[in-house]
Amino acid sequence: MLRTRDLTVRFDGAAAPAVDGVDLDLPTGQVLAVLGPSGSGKSTLLRAVAGLETLARGTVSWDDADVTDVPTHRRGFALMFQDGQLFAHQSVAGNVGYPLRLRRTPRPVVARRVEELLELVGLPGFGARSTSGLSGGERQRVALARSLAVEPRLLLLDEPLSALDRGLRERLARDLRDILVAAGTTALLVTHDQEEAFAVADRMALVRAGRVVQSGTVDAVWHHPVDADAARFLGYATVLDGEAAHRVLAAGGAADATGQVALRRSALALGFDGPLRGRVLSARATPDAVRLTVDVEGVGEVHAVADEDRPGAAAPGVGHDVRLVVDLTRTARLGGF
Amino acid sequence: MSPHTSTRTRTGLGVAALAVLPLAVLAVFFVLPVAGMVARGFFSDGSFDPGAVLEVLGRPRTQRVLWFTVWSAAAATVVTVLIGLPLAFVLHRLRFPGRRVLRAFVLMPFVMPTVVVGVAFRTLLVPSGPLGGLHLDGTPAAIVAAMVFFNLAVVARTVGVLWEGLDRRREEAAAALGASPWQVFRTVTLPALTPAVVSAASVVFLFCATSFGVVLTLGGLRYATVETEIYLLTTQLLDLRAASALSVLQLVAVCALLYLAQRTRSAREQTLDRAGVRETARRPRRRDAPVLVVAGLGLLLLVGPLATLVVGSLRDSDGWTLDHYRALATTGEGGALLVPASQALANSWRVAVDATLLAMLLGVLVSLTVSRQVPGRAGRHGLAAIDAVFMLPLGVSAVTLGFGFLITLDRPPLDLRGSALLVPVAQALVALPLVVRTLAPVLRSVDPRQRQAAASLGASPARVLLSVDLPALWRPLLAATGFAFAVSLGEFGATSFLTRPERPTLPVVIYQLISRPGEQNLGMALAASVVLGLLIVAVMTLVERLRLGAVGSF
Repeated sequence: MLRTRDLTVRFDGAAAPAVDGVDLDLPTGQVLAVLGPSGSGKSTLLRAVAGLETLARGTVSWDDADVTDVPTHRRGFALMFQDGQLFAHQSVAGNVGYPLRLRRTPRPVVARRVEELLELVGLPGFGARSTSGLSGGERQRVALARSLAVEPRLLLLDEPLSALDRGLRERLARDLRDILVAAGTTALLVTHDQEEAFAVADRMALVRAGRVVQSGTVDAVWHHPVDADAARFLGYATVLDGEAAHRVLAAGGAADATGQVALRRSALALGFDGPLRGRVLSARATPDAVRLTVDVEGVGEVHAVADEDRPGAAAPGVGHDVRLVVDLTRTARLGGF
Repeated sequence: MSPHTSTRTRTGLGVAALAVLPLAVLAVFFVLPVAGMVARGFFSDGSFDPGAVLEVLGRPRTQRVLWFTVWSAAAATVVTVLIGLPLAFVLHRLRFPGRRVLRAFVLMPFVMPTVVVGVAFRTLLVPSGPLGGLHLDGTPAAIVAAMVFFNLAVVARTVGVLWEGLDRRREEAAAALGASPWQVFRTVTLPALTPAVVSAASVVFLFCATSFGVVLTLGGLRYATVETEIYLLTTQLLDLRAASALSVLQLVAVCALLYLAQRTRSAREQTLDRAGVRETARRPRRRDAPVLVVAGLGLLLLVGPLATLVVGSLRDSDGWTLDHYRALATTGEGGALLVPASQALANSWRVAVDATLLAMLLGVLVSLTVSRQVPGRAGRHGLAAIDAVFMLPLGVSAVTLGFGFLITLDRPPLDLRGSALLVPVAQALVALPLVVRTLAPVLRSVDPRQRQAAASLGASPARVLLSVDLPALWRPLLAATGFAFAVSLGEFGATSFLTRPERPTLPVVIYQLISRPGEQNLGMALAASVVLGLLIVAVMTLVERLRLGAVGSF
């Protein structure tokens, strides 16, 4: 397993460390997503694990062997970049077979393995093509095949899907998960996109200003964000505290109605018998539901949906008085677990 | 005619109009002299007679000269690349204090007057000099070393600028896949650099094979290249037929080489994958030591001759003195010169101003022309041809150009023998390719949609030029001006042919001084070299302050 202790990277002239005392544990065979906004130091963290940054402090170890001073090319950690970084002077097969040729693998073996890998990433028969003619998604698949070619102990993925458009990203995220599981690969994924993290990872670490603020299984982190910023970053629409939080929690029938609460957009829905009252500030139809902002008495401005299936939920106009129900399964209590 | 076609035709005509003046100048002052020279070689008494050319090429001395030209240039090119690559790495991929100053320093030799460099190496290598014990004075090794000295900047710059822009992550990806640093260099970095290395190497070979001043000062009569041989045949032996035969041969070889260089360059422009604003340099590490040592040796090669030059200019047999500098106001020991060296400096300055103005005027017009986007295949090919034609003076030797001037512009309607214009025109043509190389890439990098946006907002073509092109261009313009000025100040090949005895430039005076006996004359030559060098260093420092990384890259 991968273990980092007190991992710290400092850049020349920067006041604060880019990565600050990070401890990570990644069991073999699992996928860990490091999730953080841009500039949070998550890519630097990944590069430090790969051995591409000089550490100010701390250690990186694999299966209890300290690899902190082992140069990148001897770590056995493959790194895949956001834009693939394919070698333009080589064909698709040339790229995928590159790490095998470095290890002086016999040519027929390389050819067979390349074919297998291209099959695995869904690009059978692409070997002879030039890399310049590939689409963004194809490039990333080739880069993934190249990274997997020598069965790395650890696969490091730097925003592997961020450069792709939305539909492709979702499909490729699923494929990526399947490929990693099929190959039994241990992977560390860095991303700013929580959807990507949820789709691919088993475990998750939230990073802010170079520090890990929360880590755990994807499920645990999702259901118990450590604080308001974490909740917003994970995709919760609103975070309430004090009296407002109490009212919403009580309206949802929570046993303990104290503390902060994060709400997804769909946590509040129109319902003619709902316990909360408010006035519609805006309404906008989306393919799934009508999205509202409502000024709720004693709570303030919150998001809500008008679910077509719920009785009495026909989309109201702006300025209408409405009543809302609370779905506690679409909320999260803050403070971790 | 459809509206579309009429726009296209108009664009084409507009571009053609821009190019008229430069093309006319090129026709009169380049094509005409060169054609005249070709004709002189192939025609005798009005009839076509290529036998004479073959006869010249068959002479044993010619073959010796050809062989020496090729092998010395090849050797110098190999050494330049071997030292230049580590130097490019150190200057462009490592971060350390004083990096910028070093980069400017490495660029200096390239614009140093060839004669000055020759003198500097002589002082270093003569038996009484600091490296006299090596017995290199008057050997081919000295000539090759001087060629390397000159051209290190070309490799370090051309390769360095590309190297700096290469995305480091590609190398990191390879390292993470298990490639050792050497494997990374061999399988990822080198293939990416190859076009720049080939391009730089071909230009270096070109410069070495056509180098004139250093061979003339270091080779004496024993070692001659095609270039010095042309000079010798013309001025000493008065065998114009043989001279033009050699010029033709050189022209053909140069054109072939330029064509190859152009092809690798366009291949490189297609595949370039820049890192953008990302800083790719890092701090030196312990394992960079071998590279740092080679780069250090390269820098020593640059510093050594220049230091000797400066020290030599400040010493005579009695110790430290400023006498050599005082002597610059005189005509030298035993009246070696027709005018005082200070007067020659003033001449150089005036000529350089004229040449720079002319080079800039032509250079801007050419750059605007070749950077336009013209619809249609024919248009694009036309522009590519114009681009190539204006690169020709880069490779056609200055001596050939000067010689061509002499034999074609000497009779009506263009009798310019006595004209003060001849030297500036020749120098402007020598500087022109460098100006275009500086300006055109910047103009090409302006997104055409910016011009379209300005036009769609109601800007006239002139206004578009003013508000879109000029802001991007003013720094390169200043840089190119400085570059042209420096080149013109140091130009020796063409000038030595064309200058009138009573109005010599400083490089010509330096050559006259070292050709004469007398310790005082040598000291004076050193002092004059230092003055000229300092002037050029000052100009180039200004250029470097404009922080245009690409100046001087091919």
